[in-house]
Amino acid sequence: MNERTQAFQVEPERYEFRAGPIHHFDLARRDFFKLLGAGIAVFAVAKDSVAIQETAPGPRSFHNEELPKEITSWLHVGEDGIVTGFTGKAEIGQNIRTSLAQTIADELHVPFENVRMVTADTALTPFDAGTFGSRTTPTMTPQFRRVASAARDLLIGVAAKEWNVAPEGLVAAGAKVSDPASGRSLRYDDLARGKTLAQNLPAEDPVTPPVEWTIAGKALPKVDGRSFVTGKHQYTPDLRPAGLLYGKILRPPSFGATLSSYDDSATKAIPGVFVVRDGDFVGVAAPSEHQAQSALNSIHAQWKEVPQISNKELFAYLKEKASANSDDRRRSQKGSVEDGLAKAAHRLDATYTVAFIAHAPLEPRAAVAKWVDGELTVWTGTQRPFANRDELAAQFHIPENSVRVIVPDTGSAYGGKHTSDAALEAARLSRAAGRPVKVVWTREEEFTWAYFRPAGVIEIKSGIGADGTLTAWEFHNYNSGSSGIETPYVVSNQHIEFHSVPQILRSGSYRGLAATANHFARETHMDALARTAQMDSLDLRLKNLADPRIRAVLEAAARSFGWPRKKSQEGQGFGLAVGSEKGSYVATCAEVAVDRASGAVRVVRLFEAFECGAIVNPDGLHNQVVGAMIQGLGGALFEAVEFENGRIKNPRFASYRVPRFRDVPEIEAILIDRRDIPSAGAGETPIMTVAPAIGNAIFDATGVRLNNLPLVPNGLQRA
Amino acid sequence: MAKSIELDVNGKRHPVNYPADTPLLSVLRDELGLTGSKYGCGEGQCGACTVLIGGAPRRSCTIPVSAAVGKLIITIEGLDKDGGLHPVQQAFLDAGAFQCAYCTSGMIMSSVGLLEGNAKPSDTEIVQSLQGNICRCGTHPRVLDAVRRAARMMQERRP
Repeated sequence: MNERTQAFQVEPERYEFRAGPIHHFDLARRDFFKLLGAGIAVFAVAKDSVAIQETAPGPRSFHNEELPKEITSWLHVGEDGIVTGFTGKAEIGQNIRTSLAQTIADELHVPFENVRMVTADTALTPFDAGTFGSRTTPTMTPQFRRVASAARDLLIGVAAKEWNVAPEGLVAAGAKVSDPASGRSLRYDDLARGKTLAQNLPAEDPVTPPVEWTIAGKALPKVDGRSFVTGKHQYTPDLRPAGLLYGKILRPPSFGATLSSYDDSATKAIPGVFVVRDGDFVGVAAPSEHQAQSALNSIHAQWKEVPQISNKELFAYLKEKASANSDDRRRSQKGSVEDGLAKAAHRLDATYTVAFIAHAPLEPRAAVAKWVDGELTVWTGTQRPFANRDELAAQFHIPENSVRVIVPDTGSAYGGKHTSDAALEAARLSRAAGRPVKVVWTREEEFTWAYFRPAGVIEIKSGIGADGTLTAWEFHNYNSGSSGIETPYVVSNQHIEFHSVPQILRSGSYRGLAATANHFARETHMDALARTAQMDSLDLRLKNLADPRIRAVLEAAARSFGWPRKKSQEGQGFGLAVGSEKGSYVATCAEVAVDRASGAVRVVRLFEAFECGAIVNPDGLHNQVVGAMIQGLGGALFEAVEFENGRIKNPRFASYRVPRFRDVPEIEAILIDRRDIPSAGAGETPIMTVAPAIGNAIFDATGVRLNNLPLVPNGLQRA
Repeated sequence: MAKSIELDVNGKRHPVNYPADTPLLSVLRDELGLTGSKYGCGEGQCGACTVLIGGAPRRSCTIPVSAAVGKLIITIEGLDKDGGLHPVQQAFLDAGAFQCAYCTSGMIMSSVGLLEGNAKPSDTEIVQSLQGNICRCGTHPRVLDAVRRAARMMQERRP
């Protein structure tokens, strides 16, 4: 890792919510076996820098005594032979319930069907900062491998003791330990019976290298598939505990508005209805959703609104409000851009913009809260169960261990479910009502009161030599973020800077974060440079790329797509883009068809090559990559949050357009399996290069260079 | 005050006690406990709440419960017979046509509605009939694949 890379890593992604306060592991091992029954358990503790990212920073103490090192995952082999892996990560559609179980089965040598995963339950799983940053595969997969490997050694040890032989000669395979010398064998369930053996992960324990994987690396179908196709799986909004009330929240008319007058006398008179006012929070709970809505409507409230900027003035505002003395940590510099520009045969300056967009997960933010004797349990679809727990504990002034947050497998998140809004609302209402309360945000609330992927302005100044070699690269990102801000191209004179801006709309994490904005600007710019120098866009990129992994994905995408292609009809265009982020590599080729008369733009084909090291589950990965391509197509072509005077103007699916079946082109995902490289995460990076590939194809078709995302919200406008 | 009405859901009659303008979806989910049909938007735009009414796919979030009285309503819970999956369910499973799967019930119900009326739909017809169903995970190509598989399966089963 060079100095520059470190420079950007010191400052975590600005919009990636960070871990909360200090936590401690408070489930004693005795309790653990009481809970799960006897058996064999192995605990992983965070001691390397990778694992530590998933847990809380710094040393901790409890009654002035130092606690054991932080535990980040654990595994239990039960008396019934069932193997259970525990992780604080959440299943949000990215299929980790399957991929982690595969890893455990593979390393422990048990059938896949014998493995269960317990995920994202603050009472049952170890602390975890959250399911974001494509970190589940690169951190949890190796941890579970090591934990499973240690459990295998424990089982061998038990068998060796049983037979009074040396453990070295014993073999663990097929869910049993065998002694080749004597021909004896004992099944794991027999070995686990009556035991309460637990140990921490040994420092060194070799694990199976990817080339020898048997269950991992296979395209196994998503576990629990049947419960999804039958509608039996219960997401948070589907839970109906006894005595449930339905909660609704009174929302202000605009962002930042405060209550100026309030009268709930009519509401209080309705039997069975609870109404809560706590500061500017106003909510009701009633025996049915219909009654809750009627109760909400009966509240008379007036709000004091404050001036807010609108999207018409957004980009000027971002430039104007950017911090004048930006922090050194957010800047990286090498050589002299001035010298590089002086040497250039071609120079290009351009400005790019990116709109606010919404996650619009199909399962809205939702929570069910229940208080029993001062103890709070909340079921909620969140990516950060432990942070939710801490926020709930803080808000209600109760200890963390009086709060339990459970995350049912969730109807997607895409970075949008970090906060605890619905959990707090349901818990506040439930405390007042003394009964369980469910809050499910309406689609309009989702589009208005959740948070957005931040808008941004990006300015690039560049130069290339006559042979296409980059000589200078200056890149400024205002507001959208620093993910993927560094160029993968070799350029000796560069200045790259992120400028923070005070928040306008509530902004936060989103699949790929700012890497999509930064790749859009960079890869559009590279295309424009190629045109300026009259070079093929692929050739220019290859000329300036050194990393063999990024070259490999670019070449793979180009080869499958058939780059360079000859146009066979009017309005046809081809474009490509490449990038790397979070340890994985991606390249996209796009074909578009533009009808100049109507301005209609259709994406005809999208080919994407993706490489994330050793592939744990090619079927799940294929779903994630294709899914990212289609989701990326929405942000590329038409998605944008419109706002004015603190109000969202398009808070519905009828007015906020997301990709639908008719928008989906012919799609090809080329997955490169590198069994020689540790697995990286894959949920985010495949989204990054879709927009620039499409934009470059539109230029190829029309000669119109589009520098703003979304590219064609209303079709291609006439020049 | 709500007067008692009767709904015919998945072959059973259910008395329900709801105001006439309550969305059918709320009654199915909150009163009958049939939570397989999902709330996604409340505006008939996303299709997660799709059920069959008189055999046709309908958005239960925008249909008042009073309009469903006297009609045969089938939800995702009413598709599988004697523990066996409906061919469309089986095809979604075989094609791995879901990720978070929150849209899946609605996708399946829309597809069943299509295939009941059109045994051999063209790709254009499939796209047309699913245009009102949103999948935010971007699993569209596999959903199309699943509907094609289901069409083949249903044809093979027909005498």
